[in-house]
Amino acid sequence: MKNSIIQIKEVKKSYKDIEVLKGVDFEVEQGEIFALLGSNGSGKTTMIRIMTTLLKADAGRIVINGFDIVKNSRNIRGSISLTGQFAAIDEILTGRENLQMIAKLRHLKNPDEVANALINRFGMSEAAGRRVSTYSGGMKRRIDIAMSLVGNPKIIFLDEPTTGLDPEARLEVWKIVKDLSAAGTTVF
Amino acid sequence: METTNKYFFKDMSVMFGRSMRHVFRSMDTIITVSITPIAMMLLFVYVFGGAIETGTENYVNYLLPGIMLMAIGSGIAYVAYRLFTDKQRGIFERFHSMPIARSTVLWGHVLTSIISNGISVVVIILVALLMGFRSSAGILAWLSVFGILGVFTLALTWIAVIAGLAAKTPDGAGAFSYPIIFLPFISSAFVPTNTMPSAVRIFAENQPVTPIVEAIRNLLSNQPVGNDIWIALAWCIAIIIVAYIFAMRIYKRI
Repeated sequence: MKNSIIQIKEVKKSYKDIEVLKGVDFEVEQGEIFALLGSNGSGKTTMIRIMTTLLKADAGRIVINGFDIVKNSRNIRGSISLTGQFAAIDEILTGRENLQMIAKLRHLKNPDEVANALINRFGMSEAAGRRVSTYSGGMKRRIDIAMSLVGNPKIIFLDEPTTGLDPEARLEVWKIVKDLSAAGTTVF
Repeated sequence: METTNKYFFKDMSVMFGRSMRHVFRSMDTIITVSITPIAMMLLFVYVFGGAIETGTENYVNYLLPGIMLMAIGSGIAYVAYRLFTDKQRGIFERFHSMPIARSTVLWGHVLTSIISNGISVVVIILVALLMGFRSSAGILAWLSVFGILGVFTLALTWIAVIAGLAAKTPDGAGAFSYPIIFLPFISSAFVPTNTMPSAVRIFAENQPVTPIVEAIRNLLSNQPVGNDIWIALAWCIAIIIVAYIFAMRIYKRI
């Protein structure tokens, strides 16, 4: 129980009069693939935005990777990465430049090598030199997830990562998720 | 939120580098912010200029300050557009969920605005030199000119931040710049105000562009600047303060 990498207790959040989260509790173990299910508008994204420090909860206790979200949000940001509902990529830059940029922002020592390793791992060496605006939806998603893996964060938050993808690309995303989990990364 | 941050400058340089790449990779941006003002300058000097009585021998000298302000006015529209795109695509969210100095996400855009507008102003000055622009101004006067232009750019940039963050569509993000681009027409930028009907003239003489244009024009022609420079700076600083407060309020909400 103490090993849980994500601990959520009694988390509440309302927008004006609408209570979106009415006391959410759960725990996630390291290396686990944890899926949060719910209909549209049920607060899944809100919960993810709170855990990724983009939004503050009204009440409750959140501990991620041993850090309390109120006191240590910066350390939490160092342990996680977020892939949102829509691919958050810089379309003017090439795939490689996007990866390098994230590596630099994570303050890694060898951004070029990190970028190249991910390009090879995701089989994108042909596309890496092209601007992302020329990519297909599936390729954008791939580079988007690759960007989330820069610096090997312990926890990866994926908010509906298969939105807008064809069945083949969906399977590919789920395969990446399984591989990650097998390697000890916690996937939310 | 974060008081001290050892990564501020490092993160800032990444953000700045990224945003400058956007400027240089967009033909549209380069054409609009440099080539359009240059075309305006050619048009006014070689088509209308002969018929305009400014009381100065060299119309390029008279025109240049207004052209520079128009270039900056169109340049900041792209700042708003770039901010809008970042917000729309979720790039802000990605950056904000990373262990970086969060303020650099915004300041990278602001710095890019200052530098890229600076570059387009320099290009315009070089073209003006080819067209016969001459200045007897010394180093100090030139520095003052760039200082005023810098403060003016900063003021408009913060307005652009508001527009970019608050806009719902990409067109909306850029639309605010049209009135700004047109302000120089109703000022002393192209023609002296004394031939305008009194209502227009009152507006022209009391809007921010006129004192800025007059201050720059006098600095470049080695004339005393009088109060214009202080009125110009007061306008710009007031706009910076008000726009910054609103921009930060919107930024905290996203």
